[in-house]
Parts: sequence; C-alpha cells; structure tokens
Amino acid sequence: MSSPPNTIETLANQEYKWGFVTDIEADAIPRGLSEDVIRLISAKKQEPEWLLDWRLKAYRHWQTMQEPTWANVHYPPIDYQDIIYYAAPKSKKDAPKSLDEVDPELLKTYEKLGIPLKEQELLAGVAVDAVFDSVSVATTFKGKLKAMGIIFCSFSEAVREHPDLVRKYLGTVVPSSDNFFAALNSAVFSDGSFCYVPKGVRCPMELSTYFRINAKDTGQFERTLIIADEGAYVSYLEGCTAPMRDTNQLHAAVVELIALDNAQIKYSTVQNWYPGDKEGKGGIYNFVTKRGACRGVNSKISWTQVETGSAITWKYPSCLLMGDNSVGEFYSVAVTNNYQQADTGTKMIHIGKNTTSTIVSKGISAGHGQNTYRGGVKILKSATGARNYSQCDSMLMGDQCGAHTFPYLEVKNTSSQVEHEASTSKIGEDQIFYLRQRGLSTEDAVSMIVHGFCKEVFRELPMEFAVEAQKLLGISLEGSVG
Amino acid sequence: MSLLEIKNLHAIVGEREILKGIDLTVNPGEVHAIMGPNGSGKSTLAQVVAGRELYHVTGGEVLYDGKDLLAMAPEDRAREGIFLAFQYPVEIPGVSNMYFLKAALNTVRKTRGLPELDAMDFLNLVREKMKLMDMEQTLLNRPVNTGFSGGEKKRNEIFQMAVLEPRLAILDETDSGLDIDALRVVAGGVNALRDPQRSMIVVTHYQRLLNYIVPDFVHVLAGGRIVKSGGKELALQLEESGYAGMGIYDEGEAA
Repeated sequence: MSSPPNTIETLANQEYKWGFVTDIEADAIPRGLSEDVIRLISAKKQEPEWLLDWRLKAYRHWQTMQEPTWANVHYPPIDYQDIIYYAAPKSKKDAPKSLDEVDPELLKTYEKLGIPLKEQELLAGVAVDAVFDSVSVATTFKGKLKAMGIIFCSFSEAVREHPDLVRKYLGTVVPSSDNFFAALNSAVFSDGSFCYVPKGVRCPMELSTYFRINAKDTGQFERTLIIADEGAYVSYLEGCTAPMRDTNQLHAAVVELIALDNAQIKYSTVQNWYPGDKEGKGGIYNFVTKRGACRGVNSKISWTQVETGSAITWKYPSCLLMGDNSVGEFYSVAVTNNYQQADTGTKMIHIGKNTTSTIVSKGISAGHGQNTYRGGVKILKSATGARNYSQCDSMLMGDQCGAHTFPYLEVKNTSSQVEHEASTSKIGEDQIFYLRQRGLSTEDAVSMIVHGFCKEVFRELPMEFAVEAQKLLGISLEGSVG
Repeated sequence: MSLLEIKNLHAIVGEREILKGIDLTVNPGEVHAIMGPNGSGKSTLAQVVAGRELYHVTGGEVLYDGKDLLAMAPEDRAREGIFLAFQYPVEIPGVSNMYFLKAALNTVRKTRGLPELDAMDFLNLVREKMKLMDMEQTLLNRPVNTGFSGGEKKRNEIFQMAVLEPRLAILDETDSGLDIDALRVVAGGVNALRDPQRSMIVVTHYQRLLNYIVPDFVHVLAGGRIVKSGGKELALQLEESGYAGMGIYDEGEAA
C-alpha cells in the first residue's frame, strides 16, 4: 500500500504559523508537543477550562514517564516531537479525487469483503460530494436514540452538550497518569465517541461509529467513553472491518467503559489497520488502553476483539470487577502475518464478591508474525467466591512465526477458583489437503480451519460482524500457507 | 473411453522414488483393487492421483476423462469427481461436519452446473445418506473427525463419498482399523454406491475387504510397479500363499 500524496510533508512544509491561537482555519499545527500545542488543541476545540487543565496535568505527568519496554514487541524509537498532534478535519485537497487514485491492493480487499462502491470511497477517504446514504440513516437513527434518552455523539460534541457527564466520568477508569500512552492520549486526544445509556434503557440497536459519519477522521488519539447507567444495556461496535486509508503511524487511543448496577456493556472491535507491507515496512503502531469498570452489582462488561491489522498491537482490554456478582469477559482473536507483532491480552481484577471472569484468547501467527498473549488475573482479598476461567490457544502457520503466552495470576482470597488452559497447534498441510480433496480452494480451506479455531470468539460477535471477520481472516492470511 | 488412464507414472517424495512406472486403465463402472506389501507405493499412488503436493511426479502421464490430470489442482480434481477416502482422515477442530460437507457439496455441484443446495435440502439429502452408513446424526454436528473413533472416521469418509457422488472413488486402506461389524457396514455403504458410471480403486493390504467389496480386477503393486494383474481370484491366491510365496517382494525388503 502506498501512502496517499504526501499529506504529512505538505503539512510540514507549510508556512510556520506561530501566531496560531487565532488562526483556527489552519488544518494542522506544527510538529511536536508542548504545553502551547495542548493549549492550541483545546482552543481549537473550544474546550472549557477544566478540560484544558486536565490535559495539561496529563502532559506534565507524561513528561515524567518512560515509554514501556516490557511488551514483546520491537520497533525503532518513536520521536514524539516529530508527530503532528492535531490535523482535523482532513482537507479535501489532500484526499484522493477518485478511487482511481487509491491503492489497488486496498480496493482488492474491499472487493473481497463485498463493500459497495460508495462505502469504498468513504473508507478510502475519497472526497465525495454526493450525499452518502448513511447520512440519512444516521439521522433517523439518532432521532430514535434521542427519544429514548440515549446520548451517542462525538466526544467533542459531548464536551459541549453534556459537560457534566463527561466531567463526572472522564479519566475515572483510565486515569490520565495510568500509563505512558494513556497519559499522552489524555494530553492530546483529538476526538472520539461518547455514549450514555440512561437508567433502565436497553439500547435497541448495535451502536457503531460507522453510523456516525463525522467520526471517520478522529485521528490517531481517539478517546471513547461509554456509560451504562443502572439496568441499562448497550452493544457497541468499534471500527470498521475494512482497512482504513490512514497515514498515521502511531495510534494511542483510550477507551473507558462504566457499568453501574445491573448494567451491561458489550464492546466489539474488528481492527484491520494497515499492517505494513510484506517486508515489514510501514504499518500502524496501535498502542491502546481499554478498560471497563463494573462499578455496580450484577454488572457485566464483555470485550470481543478481532485484531488482524496494525504492524504492532499493544492492547489489553481489561475489567475492574468492583460490584458484587459482576462479570467480565474477554474474547480475542489476534492474527499476525508477515512481520506483524501483537502483544495483547487482558487484565481481570476481581474486587467484589462472587465476581466471575472468562478469558478466551486465540492467537494465529503466520509468516514472520509474533503473537503474544499477556493476561493478568488478580483476585483481591475482598473478592470472596471469585472465579476465573482462562483459555488461550495459539495456532502457527509455517515455521518462521512465533507464539508466546504470559499468564500472570495473583490470588489473595482462598475461596476463589482459577482455571487456565493453553494449547498450541500447527495448521497442517494435511488438513488443507483434506479440505482441498473435497473441492475447497486453498483459501477457503485455510479460512475454514482458522474459523473453526476461532469459533468460540466469533460466536460472541454480532452476526454481520462475525461474517466479515471471517472473510477478513481469510484475506489477512492469504498466501501464508501452501 | 476410459475414465482414468495412468501411463508409466513415476513419482518421488524427497529424494526417494516411490512410483517407478505405473500403468493402469480404469473404465467407467469398474472396481479395481490394488494390493501389495507395506511400502510398495499403494498409498502414494492414491495420493498422487488425488494431487497431494508432497509427491512430485517425475515422469509419465495421467488422463482423467481425457484431460491431463496432473495439470489440475487437487480441488479441481475433486470438483471433477475424484474422491479419496483417506487412510487417516484428518481432524478439523471447530468446523462442524455438516458445515464442511455442505460447502464441499456445493462447490462440486457448482462445477457440475447444478444449483447449490440450501440448508433444508441438504439436511434431507444427508439424512438419507446417513441411513446407508448407519451413522448417528450427532456425528453431523460434531467437528470434522474430531474425537471420532477409528471406525467412525472411516464411516464418515464413505458417508462423504455417498453425499458427494464421485465418478472415481479411491479408497485408501478403508478397512484398516475396522472390526468385522464396522467393516460390513462400510463395505455395504461402498457396494450401495457401485454404479455403471462410477469407478473405484480400492487400495488394501488384506484380502478380507475384497470378500465384501468384490473387485473386477486385482493388481499387485511391489517396488513401485504393478507386478501382477488379474481377476478377483488373484486376491484369494495372494491370501493363500502370501506376497513372498508368490515371489513378490518390495524392492527394499528384497535387497
């Protein structure tokens, strides 16, 4: 995949605008990070004072922190002063004029996924003037949600329209000082999604950024905050199954989920960002902090992720099981092909009584891919009767790839129960031949074997997501066997 | 016209030559048994015809329905009606037998210009074929061959054959690991599939299977060549005197 016409260079070479505070017209700000840059971002977004203070506090803390090195991933040092921290909205000038200007490899993938032309244009970032069908869909959709009292909007809009809610919950699950990348995100986050489901309301549809057309350029420092009030239920789909045209190298997002008494949040991700080319050049570094707090009794947070993209994935969607009887779940499929590296897993922190957690992780490595599962189960003294079940399976394709498992267990309550199962298998030439002998193509055979391997995770995904996730896996692993 | 015509076929695995010039012609409706001592190349022949890439063909040609079989990918051979009942059926965890077989049947049907079967029609077809093999329906919902007993795996192979209705079926040691009752069921299933339009190659080590599946021709393979061919009596002769008694040695063993 070639990068689109020099967006970054164009921005970098533009006239140096230091008198920037008033110059809101500019598409981007100069490279580098400083308090002034943060003030500028906040000013551009017309944020209230408290939020600017929050950002600055995060930034000051970030300056004292070290980039973590414990993950099983390797990459050249990131120059944080060489990044442009605000570049939204992207100008139509820089976008491809039509699909003809888009990388044919990307288009081939869209075709295989069966994505309609109009959507392909949107995903590839083509500057389309025609009204896109989903805009009207999104509008009717929003009206319906509003009638039920559900707030679903961009983070910036939430800061403007619902400042009290944002202020009450922001940073309460992932504190701005939590880790290096979370602190960075807290200082410079550009936009993201906000969702609040009021007491007793069951959100009648899967919420997805896909419907929120204005979310497509939220940039590399995305922030998501979802709150399910007492007895509420929401299922949220993150991202898009098709690869996004994206020039950003570093993505450091933060997602916070909060479930109050008897509330449930289901959060599904299918991540397919640019993984770099076959030699391992380019690709996105995805350093994400995702955490959910089951604050209320009987609350439940369920993470399902299918990670097929990015050059490096560093991601541990976790649950703080605070309320008694609360439930945390983590279902994950992570694929690494070519030179991709993934260090992913979860943390389940049992605090309340009779809390339960389930971890099902499936790692698939092909090519020179390195796949690491890193999971932590912590049962505190207060968590009487807590239970955890973990299962992590690895599948290897070829003999150049690697699978690694690091389960950490910390149990401080003797009435608890913890189970861990792990397996490693190799996709066999004999399995593929068996299926081909029955008439299936190699691609279909690999896809079927992999799908079987991932079944327990896929069945947690919403229907349409599951179908696309299966196709995606096939595409990601194409050419890795036989 | 013959369905399968193998001419002077040579094949190697790694550096080792296993098939050293096989000639075999199979006409529609015929059942050929291939017998021979261990390591004579029986299974290799079956795998080469099915297209296993582990083996490299170094000489000769194979015509299937007049077409150059060796130029076809394994899946194309399958779609054109070649079915291999595996000696060691492979386990595919997490993939239900039913889902797998439906996908297979529909690709084969597509090649034959038939419409794809929907779930209901497929289920009806499958129920009918299961009776033939005296199989329990729960096997359908279980992952392909996973946790199946040896006998269940072999039955499942012939059941798949019944569903896919091949033109050329190759049974590779289908009798190995079967007790006598299971052998009867499996052989009964195979016999029910005998048809003037369907040819079979039955690879077996023992004559026992041929009491149930009576072949039209018997060939003895040794040292990578067919050293003797005859009618069904040849199998009985072999049973009586053994391979060595008939002067048949595997090259390796004889040396």
